[in-house]
Order: sequence, then C-alpha cells, then structure tokens
Amino acid sequence: MGSLLNWNSAAVQGAAFDRNELSVYIDRAYIREACALLKSKAGVDFFSDLTCVDWHPSEPRFEVVYQLLSRGRKERVRLKVKLMGDDASLETITGVWPAADFFEREIYDLFGVRFLGHPNLRRILMPEDWDGHPMRKDYPVEGYR
Amino acid sequence: MGHMVATIASDPAQDRTMILNMGPQHPSTHGVLRLILEIDGETVVRLVPDIGFLHTGIEKTAEAKFYQQVVVLTDRIDYLCPMTNNLCYVLAVEKLLGLDIPPRAQWIRVMLNELQRISSHLVWLGTHALDIGAMSVFLYCFREREELLRIYELVSGQRMMTSYFRVGGLALEPPLNFFPRVKKFADIFPEKVDEYEGLLTGNRIWIDRLKGVGHLNADDAIALGVTGPTLRASGVDWDLRRDMPYSGYENFKFKVPVSKDGDVWARYVLRVQEMRESIAMVQQALAGMPEGPVKAEAPKVVLPEREKMKTQMEALIYHFKIVTEGFTVPKGEVYQAIESPRGEMGYYVVSDGTAKPYRVHMRSPSYVNLQALSKMCEGRLIADVVAAIGSIDIVLGEIDR
Repeated sequence: MGSLLNWNSAAVQGAAFDRNELSVYIDRAYIREACALLKSKAGVDFFSDLTCVDWHPSEPRFEVVYQLLSRGRKERVRLKVKLMGDDASLETITGVWPAADFFEREIYDLFGVRFLGHPNLRRILMPEDWDGHPMRKDYPVEGYR
Repeated sequence: MGHMVATIASDPAQDRTMILNMGPQHPSTHGVLRLILEIDGETVVRLVPDIGFLHTGIEKTAEAKFYQQVVVLTDRIDYLCPMTNNLCYVLAVEKLLGLDIPPRAQWIRVMLNELQRISSHLVWLGTHALDIGAMSVFLYCFREREELLRIYELVSGQRMMTSYFRVGGLALEPPLNFFPRVKKFADIFPEKVDEYEGLLTGNRIWIDRLKGVGHLNADDAIALGVTGPTLRASGVDWDLRRDMPYSGYENFKFKVPVSKDGDVWARYVLRVQEMRESIAMVQQALAGMPEGPVKAEAPKVVLPEREKMKTQMEALIYHFKIVTEGFTVPKGEVYQAIESPRGEMGYYVVSDGTAKPYRVHMRSPSYVNLQALSKMCEGRLIADVVAAIGSIDIVLGEIDR
C-alpha cells in the first residue's frame, strides 16, 4: 500500500480495510503499472483471481476486482478499478500475469468489459455467436431478454 | 466455446502441420474438454483448450437465491469434492456475518474435507491410470471410493451432492455409527495405498509413460497461477492449509509434500503422499474430536433443532422466517480461499445487505491450472497429452461453472 502511494498517488483513488481484507481503488489508466509495481517491488508474487461486479443502474457501473497474494507475507491485497457503463474498457494485465488470460476473457464474455491489448479476447464460456453478456444485472435470470 | 477457424489462425494447407480435434467426447478428457491440437507428425506444435460446454451459469443463478440456497449450487461446481466447495462458500458467508463456529463443527468439517481429498484423489488416480492403460487400478480405487461415498451418505443422506455444511455449522450432528465407520476406513486405508503403489510405482510401463513428461518449471507455474499439487510438484512449497489456515487447520500436524521434478511422475508421487497425509489427519481428527454443539448460536441464521420447533414458539418463528425470507447479511465483500484437492478454491462474495448475495464468484483451481496445459504439451509427443491432462486433475464442472 505504501509502495503504491509513494509511486504515484494519482493512481490510488482510495482504500478500505474491512473484515481483515485490504482493498485499494486504482485509476483504470494505471492498473497494469500498479500490478507490475506490486509484483516487482512489494513482494506480491501470486495472482489469485480476477472478476467483475456489475452495480447497474448506478454509475460507475462496473468494478473489476483483482485478488493478489503475497506468499512471503501471507497477505492478500485486492485491487479494484471502477469503470463507466458506456466506456467499459481497461488495459490488460496478461503481460504482468499470464494467468489473467482466461479471467479477462471470461469477464469480456460475461460482462462485456473490454481488456485492451489482450492477445486473444474472444468469448470463452458462452458460444461464439451469443448475443449479450449474461452476468450483467440487466440480463434476466430466466425468460426472454 | 469457439470455432476452430478462429482459434488456429495459420492455414494448415500452407505448411506441414495438421489440425486435430480432441474431445469434447473423448474418454481421456475427463468430461467435456475440447482440445484443438496443431500437430507436426507426432509432435504437438500448439494446443488450444476450448471450454464452456458445461457452462450452466451457476454464478448468475446464485444471485437469484437466498444465501442458504446457494450451498446447494456449490455442490455442483466440483462434483468430486462437494464438501470442499460447501466449506469455502460457508466460510465466506460466515466471515461476512462475523459468526463463530463451534470447535466440533470445525473439526468435523476438516475431517470430511480430508476424506473428500482422498476420494477426489482416488478418482484422479483411477482415471489417470486408465488413460495410461492400467485398467485394474481404476477398480481398486473405486472400491475404496465406494466406501467413502457410503460414509458421506451416512452423514448427509447423499452420496455426492451432500450440502452438509451450512452457514453457521453443520446440517445435523453425525449419526452414532459415523465415527466408528470412519475409524475403520482410516485404519485400513494406508494398506490400500500400498496396494495402488504396488501396482504402479515400480511398474516399468507406468514409469516410462510418466517420467520426464509434461514438464512445468516453478516460474511458469507461478506466472500461470497454477495451484495445488501441480504447483507443489514444480517445487513451490505453498499450501493454504498450512500457510493461511482456515477452519481450525492450525490444530493439525501434517507434512506438505513437495517435489522439484515438475513432471507428471512428480505429480503422481505427490498426490499419493497427500492421500497418506490426509488419512493421518483424519486419524488426528478422530482422536481429538471435541464435544459440543455443531451449530453456531445464531438463531436468525441457523435453522433451529427439530425438537425445539415443536416446543418453542420462537424457534418455529425463526424457522419460518429463515425458510421464507432468508437471512440478511451485512454489506461488504470477502474473498475466502481454501486448499481444494486441485488447488486454491476461492469464493468472492459481495453482499448488498439483503438476503440474496449480490455477486458470488468462484475462483476454481482447474480453470487456472488448465492454462498451463499448453506449456506442458507444446513441443512434446501427442501421446503425452493424455498423460498431462490426467496429471493436472481437471474437473470440467468447476471450469465451466
């Protein structure tokens, strides 16, 4: 956390510590650099999870959530990026963590959030010709769209 | 799910390689995994996994259910270790609620989780050996697994979709003959592992098919997010049970087997050792099982005892409320990770203060481990692909969710 602030305080939009878990809000322009910095300088050496939460109808609508782990300190840190509904895109982190590949595809598939620079951004779980993004809150659980 | 044309960009007619489709209905792909292989003679040039055939939208369904109903969905993610999934989900919700779980419930959870690890590894060993061509091991493994399934049936009423762990504890106190039966199993099981090892470990064909195949080094394993036995076989000493204990694992003594070889053989040896460690932990749990309740003292969350419902008005009211309206969970978010037989199983649960989860995301270990398959197989023989798939022990149910 300290290393993030020292590096670029403009990138950090806020932080929360709840139920023993640290969340840091990162500006979307800096997410790749933030991941790279945590990996190289802060000993955050494992990428656990990447997902998205849709807060429809409020804006900013999407929250992309990164779960990172420091094996040395046995601590987790959660990075979050807020995105507006009409411009849901951010930089890929597959260059930093190749493990994010499938996760970013899944978020693109189910939420329609685009990861710029991803090597292979195609649908992964739904059929290629599927219409819409099922995990969005305005996509019904049953019945017709 | 993708089309083959979009997946492999190069035109096979232009060069010497050939595209081969493997699965989704292939006996050694452990479910409905489809692999698109670009091969040059017998050598795999490129391997692209194509998944999604089993996608049922469990995460979406979970958003429409009460918190206690989601437990039933978690069984269906990884059907080889349903209780591990139950545990991960209930731990996440209990963390959101701030519930304290009685020690007896925690110990029974740990014990059942280790039994689940054994039954999951038994399926892995049986099917892996079957893929390589050793038919009889499968029958031996399923003989022991059958006894374990009967134990689960005894304790939960179901062989596979157990839903035995509930938010706040367990569904019921286990029946009286449960512990003696587990004890009986735990006493004979080490001999059975010797039996499997007798069939495989010294077997010339088995050694030749496994050694030096599907290699993955430690740096690649970490970069690709690989967890569990596959990570430890690559020489990374990391086990969530020991390093970030949950549900009372800190009370147990166990070794975490690690190997430096990083090949299919190392993964085989390591999982067999894990079975031995797990059965030792089951013995510890049986020896030190604390007495007491198996449900937390939280009437608004935990369903009351049947007896109390017949004699106390409040119990009946709470029962009615929980069943019809669910229970509300304070706003917040948690990420809870546990060590499943396949690696780091993580549940990210977001609550908006209502009785239904706002978002449930499962970080399933197979989903991430599958990404390492291309690394293991590219440049190797096509026959070794089957060995490599078996060695990462994937479950398509949790990949596609």
